[in-house]
Amino acid sequence: MLKKTLRFTGWTIAFLTAFSMLAVGRVSLPAATAKPQPAQTAEVKIDNFSFGPETLTIAVGTTVTWTNRDDIPHTVVASDAAKTFKSKVLDTDEKFSFTFAKAGTYPYFCSVHPKMTGKVVVQ
Amino acid sequence: MSDAKKKDELLVDHNKDGVDRRGFLKCMAWAGTGAFCVMSGGVLKSYSLSRVSEIGAADAAGELSFVQISDSHMGFNKPANTDVAGTLKAAIDKINALPVAPEFMLHTGDVSHLSKPEEFDAVEQILKSSAAKEVFYVPGEHDVLNDDGKDFLERYGKGSVGGGWRSFDKKGVHFIGLVNVMNLKAGGLGTIGKEQLEWMEKDVKHLKSSTPIVVFAHIPLWSVYPEWGWGTEDSAQALGYLKKFGSVTVLNGHIHQVMQKVEGNVTFHTAASTAFPQPSPGKADSPGPMKVPADQLRSVLGITDVSSVRGRHALAVIDSTLA
Repeated sequence: MLKKTLRFTGWTIAFLTAFSMLAVGRVSLPAATAKPQPAQTAEVKIDNFSFGPETLTIAVGTTVTWTNRDDIPHTVVASDAAKTFKSKVLDTDEKFSFTFAKAGTYPYFCSVHPKMTGKVVVQ
Repeated sequence: MSDAKKKDELLVDHNKDGVDRRGFLKCMAWAGTGAFCVMSGGVLKSYSLSRVSEIGAADAAGELSFVQISDSHMGFNKPANTDVAGTLKAAIDKINALPVAPEFMLHTGDVSHLSKPEEFDAVEQILKSSAAKEVFYVPGEHDVLNDDGKDFLERYGKGSVGGGWRSFDKKGVHFIGLVNVMNLKAGGLGTIGKEQLEWMEKDVKHLKSSTPIVVFAHIPLWSVYPEWGWGTEDSAQALGYLKKFGSVTVLNGHIHQVMQKVEGNVTFHTAASTAFPQPSPGKADSPGPMKVPADQLRSVLGITDVSSVRGRHALAVIDSTLA
């Protein structure tokens, strides 16, 4: 009985601590500084044989989702030798997402229509 | 009307290729309705397609006739054409109705729209009903989307080498099928690549310069409109190997419209699609499927009939629409 109580108490304390830390964390959002909270997701629309926006600047950890709005299939393939990201073929309305965990510049293109190029700049 | 005009005789042979501008333009203007143009000893003669049977048994001896179809895009179902199977069937019906049954067919790629197995299967089914006994395929970029073209090569690669390129002879004409849709680089055009170019150089080295050559590949081997990717980066090298030949015909697809260009001994020709048309270079924001009124669709789709008459200098290339 004692063991159970102790365990329960321990768990409760841990939970309350975590909860209050979270609450503190939320409250500590800076109101005075100019830098906004970075977005976690970003979008690129594929239409008319082009990527829009052609250059996308995001923060590390952001997930970019490409949506094909064109009436012809496209792909999203990183231009580097390692092919950091490579989508399967996307028909109209299909999507592809990739999370950029490392900073850098990532040029990419459509492997079906190689004249279509874009860039993701991760800061 | 002068005598020269009546007889269609050569007035000024600028490029020393047996065609004067007036004669060539006259022939090209008829291309859409089906004119059979044959070059004979520097004189361009034209017959309407309905009179092909009158050309004569002597001329017909050693004749080779084949058909080029392209860009069937099986699987495409958007407003530009919601029934690509139907228009492909109409193209096959047209082929079967030709006065001279083609010996074989060339498909210059984009057989499927999304490289799906059921799309390839559907095309094969429809092509079974054609009068042509054999079909030779080269892939388009839509045919190699999923597995770097493995499925395409398994289905249509019989007799090919390397990445699916091939050459074969029919009645003294040497055919070369090239693959220029693999390993496309960012911002680039079609590419043939080192391995294929080396193979091609060896392939034509020992042929007599009087051998008529037909090259077929998906993306145009001439610079139609680089801004839309309508060209091949290293085609100049490939064409360089063919400089010695007196008659070279290049058949391409990819741009979904008929275009012709004559440069010395080389005639470049791109075929219409059997699925949907695309805009003329620069006439739209992008080279996407071009929507036309439903009753006009078949008039912008088509097939290409090619004939070679032994002893004639150039091949006769005739486009006809589905309507």
